[in-house]
Amino acid sequence: MADRVVALGRSQAGAGRFGGGEALIGQLAAAFLLAMIGGTIAAVAWRAGGLGALGPWDWRAVWFTIWQAALSATLSAVLAIPVAKALARRQFAGRRALVTLLGAPFILPVIVAITGLVAVFGRSGIANAALGWAGLPSVSIYGWQGVIIAHVFFNLPLSVRLILQGWQSIPAERVRLAQSLGFTPSDISRHLERPMLREVLPGVWLAVFLVCLTSFAVALALGGGPRATTIELAIYQAFRFDFDMGRAASLGLVQIGLCLIALLLSARIAVPAAFGAGLDRIAPLPAPPGWRAPVDALWIIAASAFLIVPMAAVMATGIPRIPALPDMVWLATLRSLGMAVVSALLTLALTLPLALAIAQGRSWVEFAGMVPIVASPLVLGTGLFLILRPFVQPDQLALPATAAINAVMAMPFALRALVPAARALRADYGRLADSLSLSGLARLRLVTLPRLAAPMGFAGGLAAALSMGDLGVITLFASPDRATLPFVLYSLMNSYRMADAAAAAVLLMAISFALFWSFERGGRHAAA
Amino acid sequence: MKPALFGSALAIGLGAASLQAAAQDRPQFTVYAPDYFASSWGPGPKIQEGFEAICECDLVFVTGDVLPRILLEGEGTRADAVIGLNTDVMARARASGLFAPHGQDTSDLTMPVEWDDEVFLPFNWSQVAFVYDENRLDEAPTSFEALLDAPDDLSIIIQDPRAAVSGLALLLWVKAIYGDAAGEAWERLAPKVLTVTQGWSEAYGMFTDGEADMVLSFTSSPAYHIMAENETNYHAAIFDEGHYLYVETAARIGGSIKPELGKQFMEYILSDDFQSMIAEANWSFPAKLDEAEWPDVFRELPQPERTIHLSEREAESLRQPALNEWLTALSR
Repeated sequence: MADRVVALGRSQAGAGRFGGGEALIGQLAAAFLLAMIGGTIAAVAWRAGGLGALGPWDWRAVWFTIWQAALSATLSAVLAIPVAKALARRQFAGRRALVTLLGAPFILPVIVAITGLVAVFGRSGIANAALGWAGLPSVSIYGWQGVIIAHVFFNLPLSVRLILQGWQSIPAERVRLAQSLGFTPSDISRHLERPMLREVLPGVWLAVFLVCLTSFAVALALGGGPRATTIELAIYQAFRFDFDMGRAASLGLVQIGLCLIALLLSARIAVPAAFGAGLDRIAPLPAPPGWRAPVDALWIIAASAFLIVPMAAVMATGIPRIPALPDMVWLATLRSLGMAVVSALLTLALTLPLALAIAQGRSWVEFAGMVPIVASPLVLGTGLFLILRPFVQPDQLALPATAAINAVMAMPFALRALVPAARALRADYGRLADSLSLSGLARLRLVTLPRLAAPMGFAGGLAAALSMGDLGVITLFASPDRATLPFVLYSLMNSYRMADAAAAAVLLMAISFALFWSFERGGRHAAA
Repeated sequence: MKPALFGSALAIGLGAASLQAAAQDRPQFTVYAPDYFASSWGPGPKIQEGFEAICECDLVFVTGDVLPRILLEGEGTRADAVIGLNTDVMARARASGLFAPHGQDTSDLTMPVEWDDEVFLPFNWSQVAFVYDENRLDEAPTSFEALLDAPDDLSIIIQDPRAAVSGLALLLWVKAIYGDAAGEAWERLAPKVLTVTQGWSEAYGMFTDGEADMVLSFTSSPAYHIMAENETNYHAAIFDEGHYLYVETAARIGGSIKPELGKQFMEYILSDDFQSMIAEANWSFPAKLDEAEWPDVFRELPQPERTIHLSEREAESLRQPALNEWLTALSR
């Protein structure tokens, strides 16, 4: 019976005039996304006179890419569960700050993260120094294990955050009920946590899997050689070494095909937890005493060490040089900052209608929203360059184009944060709002924005920080007068100025983090 | 944050850019260059200053992947000239038919090889070499063969030939020395390869952080450490078999509507003004400047006895087979 009520509610809303407007905007946004991604691949293929066939090395790259992405995603998701659980049920001073700080690696620019990881796990890194001191054999970060370590470093933070959100989304009423029924930790696990994980984990796994599909610089720097060739590198080769645009377009399509398959799989596995609405009271999970306390502490400490020490290593080398940085770096910083904020707002403007449409059950919209994750930055940039060139000079568009592309690339992550909240909003308050004939701006102002402010802050922060650190798409749109901070960082390295580059890296890291923090805090305040 | 604040941050970012592009009456001369070229630390600003002093024009650098970009644009390119194409990609650049003769006399260049190309004009050169830190590695190998024979705990970092021009130069270097046995040479080198990076800068950064004993770079690299950092412990290992020549060139676009400026730019590139600045600006040897006039540090750098230079046709035809050998050997 309950099922039928829900089903009725859904079909009414889908056909009704109130849900219609939101869904339409969402579908338009989705169509725009698909047109942009598909259009750029088409433009590249058209320039090449058709799609190109893949060679044997390309196929090896495809298999390696799938393998490492699946392994990285599984490890990130599995390791994130105990960490998120520990963070969800333990209260301690500085917990909130730690949660925010643990999110930082995800938004680190790749080159900065690699520097930090090498400083810790490299041949002359801290970890090997410690192992040598203890008389143990050293470990190597170079090879496939380096790629996996780096990917877990990047994506464990995202996984922990998303799973932690899941834990916090269990309504206080259910937690109280569990307590009054005298649930043991394993009862809580069976009745509350497992259903929640069943809903959240597939999405987390999917997001990390897709991020790792397009990984490029990580695999190259730490992969140890051509064994660790990813699809994105194969695209780079087609573009730069062979100038075979047709093959680049084909490889771009392979990435999108993989995205579709992964999305279908995860949609089959995910099951809504259906906890029902709560009154937003805060009721932390009971913190079980006994052996579980030190285990939780151990997980939190281990994750913090793994995630924070590499960042601290980057800080330690770079900070002393910051005052000596040339003016060009500061100008670029300002430019990047402005661009990141615009990108973030654009991401939110695109993502909100999309998330609302997905909450109404439009699965193709969800596919459209996830596709940018696997769109090859190189193909996207090249396609856009080809499309825009007859009308404008691409380098005049350097900043707007970069801001727009970054906004689109950040959307899938923003969606991951927004969709669960939008679904809950729809399930819990959708019918009430419909019955009150709340629609349009009033509904947005009174229901949607207040309920979604916190995840929107998180999503906006992610988008701003990712945009701040991104370099991938600007190669064809770059112009020295409009250099962004990551671009300047590379220029410094290319001119042998490694110490200045390290200082610029600290700046980049600090600002990305500050952006993320301000957006998230803004969202939380608006929600409170 | 208030919207007004967003707005002003954006305005500062965008405004700074448009100010510089403020309309001027002088004709604009557009030069495509690699990314690093036009930053404050590359040679770009000095070239701009020097050329604008004589051309009564506005030199504008457009940076990016020069060759892919120019090939994408074809006849419709806005470039009047390009700078920074190296010898290994010249054949593909030439095949586009977009470039016009430089019109300069190249009979008295100061390069280790004769240069009679009528289209691509060299402006500086160096040789590919493995750079090491004497505080880490007491005795560097003195030949490629010795490097291959070195114990496997000697670690090197190289660049990927599919993504970096320096990596491609190494590929051709090995192919030029070992010919049909190049695949075997790579198999012997493979255990020493710590990692393969996308670009020169990541590799060099890892090396200076102390990750590896040697890094693929250039014979001129130690000059930077001596002149800019006062560090004399970095050296290029000089190999008996000879070193692969790495020449950077410039060329003018045939379809440019400012051919006179293009010719003037080519002339400027070989001028004393340009040549006496390029060594320190691009950490490379000048293409046309008597050795007596090089900065002291450059004069004192050890020079290989032999220079290996492939014609662009050889380089182009060896590229693909050499890449397959490399992929096969390093994938084992």
